Amino acid sequence: MSGSVVLIVSFLYLGLLFAIAHYVDTRASVKRLLSRNPYVYTLSIAVFCTSWTFYGSVGRAATTGLDFLPIYLGPTLVFVLWSSVWIKIIRICKQQRITSIADFIASRYGKRSMLGGLVTIIAVVGTMPYISLQLKSIATSFRILVTNPGGGQVPGVPLEPIFFIDTTLIVAIALALFAILFGTRHIDASEHHEGLVAAIAFESVVKLIAFLTVGVFVTYGIFDGFADIFQRASVDPELNKLLSVSNETDYSLWMTMTLLSMAAIICLPRQFYITAVENADEGYVRKATWLFPAYLLIINIFVLPIAIGGRLAFSSAPADADMFVLTVPIYYDHAVISLIAFIGGLSAATSMVIVASIALSTMVCNDLVMPVILRWKWFRANENADLTGLLLAIRRTSILMILILGYGYYRFASESYSLVTIGLVSFAAAAQFAPSIIGGIFWRNATFNGALVGLIFGFLVWLYTLLLPSLAQSGWLPISFIELGPFGLEWLKPYSLFGMEGFDRLTHALFWSMLANIGAYWVVSLLSQQTAIERIQAKLFVDVFLLTEKSGESGYWRGSVTVAELQQLVGRFVGITKVAEAFDQFAVERGVSLRKGEIVDAALIDFAERLLAGSIGSATARVLIGSIAKGEIVSIDEVYRILDETSQVIEYSHQLEQKSTELEQATQQLQLANARLKELDSLKDDFLSMVSHELRTPLTSLRAFGEILADNPDVSAVEREQFLDIIITESERLTRLIDQLLDLAKMEAGRMDWTLSEVDLLSAVNEAVIALNGLIKEKDITLTTSMPDKISAVHADKDQLIQVVVNLVSNAIKFCDPHDGKIHLDVSEVDNFLRVTVEDNGMGVPAPLKTKIFERFHQSLSLTGSKPQGSGLGLAICLQIVTYLGGKIWAENTRAGGARFTFTLPVRAKDAVIFAAD
Amino acid sequence: MSYTVLVVEDEPNIVLSLQFIMRQAGYTVRIASDGEQALRAIDEYVPDLVLLDIMLPKRDGFAVCEEIRNNPACNKIKIIMLSAKSRDADREKALALGADEFVTKPFSTRVLGELAKNLLETRA
Repeated sequence: MSGSVVLIVSFLYLGLLFAIAHYVDTRASVKRLLSRNPYVYTLSIAVFCTSWTFYGSVGRAATTGLDFLPIYLGPTLVFVLWSSVWIKIIRICKQQRITSIADFIASRYGKRSMLGGLVTIIAVVGTMPYISLQLKSIATSFRILVTNPGGGQVPGVPLEPIFFIDTTLIVAIALALFAILFGTRHIDASEHHEGLVAAIAFESVVKLIAFLTVGVFVTYGIFDGFADIFQRASVDPELNKLLSVSNETDYSLWMTMTLLSMAAIICLPRQFYITAVENADEGYVRKATWLFPAYLLIINIFVLPIAIGGRLAFSSAPADADMFVLTVPIYYDHAVISLIAFIGGLSAATSMVIVASIALSTMVCNDLVMPVILRWKWFRANENADLTGLLLAIRRTSILMILILGYGYYRFASESYSLVTIGLVSFAAAAQFAPSIIGGIFWRNATFNGALVGLIFGFLVWLYTLLLPSLAQSGWLPISFIELGPFGLEWLKPYSLFGMEGFDRLTHALFWSMLANIGAYWVVSLLSQQTAIERIQAKLFVDVFLLTEKSGESGYWRGSVTVAELQQLVGRFVGITKVAEAFDQFAVERGVSLRKGEIVDAALIDFAERLLAGSIGSATARVLIGSIAKGEIVSIDEVYRILDETSQVIEYSHQLEQKSTELEQATQQLQLANARLKELDSLKDDFLSMVSHELRTPLTSLRAFGEILADNPDVSAVEREQFLDIIITESERLTRLIDQLLDLAKMEAGRMDWTLSEVDLLSAVNEAVIALNGLIKEKDITLTTSMPDKISAVHADKDQLIQVVVNLVSNAIKFCDPHDGKIHLDVSEVDNFLRVTVEDNGMGVPAPLKTKIFERFHQSLSLTGSKPQGSGLGLAICLQIVTYLGGKIWAENTRAGGARFTFTLPVRAKDAVIFAAD
Repeated sequence: MSYTVLVVEDEPNIVLSLQFIMRQAGYTVRIASDGEQALRAIDEYVPDLVLLDIMLPKRDGFAVCEEIRNNPACNKIKIIMLSAKSRDADREKALALGADEFVTKPFSTRVLGELAKNLLETRA
């Protein structure tokens, strides 16, 4: 067939895809119709069936038999038995506005760009073989179609180049340009692409019809129906083997491939993208539950007939079984059917390349390149610049790079492999995402660290057991790497790690990579802690059904948020009035007016986030604001939990504050105690100094007069007598002082010998008065008394009681009016107290001294201004005695201005002894 | 002309003993029993020597000493401070304020007499 015809038909076909996408995108009514269509959705999921299915299944069936089937068994199982997992993923994607599988995993584990980047790298490297498979099939089929004349000749695969350069490179570049044109018409990755989905669905129809056409042609055109073909196969023992599962290795491979394809239908970036991100209604999954397996069944019906037909047709000469779909019609000289087969293969390949490159370029752009770019300083300086151009450039470049990588893998490794073998390497890479995704939506305690380490381990084992050996077998690494292990270390042989033999390479690789991946994911998750954002995300993912089904009543969280709603949210954390003030101020500063129903703009969102961050920390604020700004739902539960965490933090800091306050108080108390000690020390110092002074004063007189008398024998008799009198008086004063000091010291130290008994206060007072009678008469003082007839006994030391009265009365004698001295002594019984007051008609006690006079050695001046006689210990002793006896003593002034000293003593009710006055 | 000694002391018995000693030495004795009286006495008549107790009512010995030293008219007055407090701090303070001697109570009448005599004789 002429190359130009094939090229024209190919480009017409690609043009038709464009037309479909454009038509759907521009016609709103068609768009609505198609975006609300479960059949279109299911057909788009059939992007799963690529050249691998179209060409590779037949190749596999023709060489090893039925084991082409598990690749479709896995997806069937997932959709039929476990569609709920898809519904959960879709629900999460909608809530979180997920744009890719990298975004999904990064989001689940705390929105860290590092994880997204890692997933992107794994996805790109893992998809590389898969894309090379498509390139290989298109290039090979094109070469076969344009070079083979047909007509009974066994079609061979012509050697390169049939044009000037490698066809596969041309195909890669052409597909890259097509994917760029097709996939980057829109910027926003989070929007639905109805045109794209419609085009992909159309491709699924084309490849199905093409395959069925070839199948019907082979089964009914060349042979006489299914029965005829299988009849012929059963006769041939070689072919008969294809129809059964023969040995144990086959079983383990079946198991492995089934598991792999189960993981792949979820974890392949393009399947995730088309099934979850482009899903318009999660209800469609229920339709897909049976429709998609039905599609898989139909497209596989003719695999065995074509495979057997090919084997029968080319039994004489070896032919590439992977190309039977194309070469059988060519062999039987059916140009139209062979062209249809070629277009079917082209559609299968292009649909995969388009969706995969769009999904991957979105990931490369959003999860790998942008996080890095956003850290650059120059970029931040220009943050208001329009990024559209930059984003498009990144996506387009990454699409080109992805196809170049695919081509690179084709050149380096995949020429010698069958399509299915290449595809399975990709499947195994995609399967590495399974623990993080499935664990992430069911296990709340899975952590960022767990996912990170699990992915790294799994990916490294995949690289080591599948990708590196494939390079080695193609001669890019020494073959000894496979046969003897690296550096001759046998236990590191990539196809039998740690000496594990007896399994096929795929099972071996899957076992070790999943052991490393799941093991690390599980153990590290158990050992590490989740951050606050991780915890929130984990809950949002794992409990997505609970949270979203309750969300009906908390509708204000959803969609574009209004000023009033934002104010209410922030108010919960910051306080309603404070937020109202802040918003008002914001409005004034910006010169705008904020109406409650108005949709908030980015500036106000930022402002609210800063406001919130002030009270709940920036991370939580970001999550909260992010969730309402993007229209995600944070349930009241979540808000309360965040609140609870916040209040715990507040409580903690409150405790810290309290502790530091306590510390401050303790310090203050220490300082006080220290000051008090110093004061006491200086008081003690003062006391000793006073004692010294009081003792030295009489001693001075004693010594002076002693010396005078000794030195002056000729002093007059009068003087001599005067001096001797002074000596005697001063000696007495000294003795009295020493006695009082000792008493006071004993009392203060609690070592006084009290002689306690039931004492008649009246008689004690009388005795005191009698003792002072002489002095009173000498000074011509009028003493009046008023005493009750009888009085309760008081439990006291009588001598000390007399001492108190004597001290008070002698003070009164000293301080009363020097010319017309009057003292009044009153004894009474009030309630349970006996009360004694001593009043004089002197100058009274100055207010500031009312308590000070009870201190030791405080001495007031008498009215004459001369120094009063006395030790300065009398009132201090009174205070000690009265306090010891359980009473109180105080000083005040009478109305007339004199001093009044009062002391009370308690009467114990049981001591109802009554003394009558004499 | 005999020297005049001002005795500033609030304990009557000690006043009596100081008065006796100073008269025996042939000096004229004036008496003040508190700080204010002492300053008034000095205003009336500048003594040659002041026997100055520290613990005094109204204004204490230190204040009186300082006043005397701040008055140029009194620059020739000799001051002996007497104290029943024996603290070194008091002695230093007294000397710093310009007292010529510091005597601790109880004092020896003989020593005090000698001190007074020496001070008055060395007076310019």
